[in-house]
Amino acid sequence: MNTVFDGALWFAQLCLVVAMACAAFRLLRGPAAQDRVLALDTLNVNCMLTLLMLGMRSSSTAYFDMALLMALFGFVSSTALAKFLLRGEVIEP
Amino acid sequence: MSAQLPLWVTIPGTVLLIGGGLLTVIGSIGLIRLPSFFARMHGPSLGNTLGAGCVLISSMLTSSALLDRVVLHELVIAACIFINSPVTAMMLMRAAVYRTAARERSENANRSK
Repeated sequence: MNTVFDGALWFAQLCLVVAMACAAFRLLRGPAAQDRVLALDTLNVNCMLTLLMLGMRSSSTAYFDMALLMALFGFVSSTALAKFLLRGEVIEP
Repeated sequence: MSAQLPLWVTIPGTVLLIGGGLLTVIGSIGLIRLPSFFARMHGPSLGNTLGAGCVLISSMLTSSALLDRVVLHELVIAACIFINSPVTAMMLMRAAVYRTAARERSENANRSK
């Protein structure tokens, strides 16, 4: 029964690699700046899910902490970039 | 995978992993294929949120079964994503609306000159 779960883990990791490739393509190619910010946000969430799957594979708890940090910092970076695109300044006086 | 997983973890874990992977890849393919930015916004923010939810529930089940106790740490990540993703999407959308309007305004000003 564990082979089924292992196969599902492989399949999901493969899907996430394809998703990360799509996001990286849009990050390099995107016509406007907001496209690149959106692609960076997507890439961040996909990387976080990949880290969680590595944690399920190796049954170590270090990956969970990394995923939590990535979720927190991804929100901060995306919000800061969106604010910069909106106002031209991140922290206004 | 070192330890043997029981059946009540394997079946929902497998289904949720496959569903989460498929949802995430569909959302990211939408990022490539949709024509304009406002259409492109929908793909990742819908697909990624649901896909992340599926993968997080599966991870919660697996680590609970491996450690022989209830592990709810993944709910923190789920709360972070479910709160932060709409906020980020709305701020990006407002920035995109503002930037599109500003570009059109400057093009009109150049044309009338």
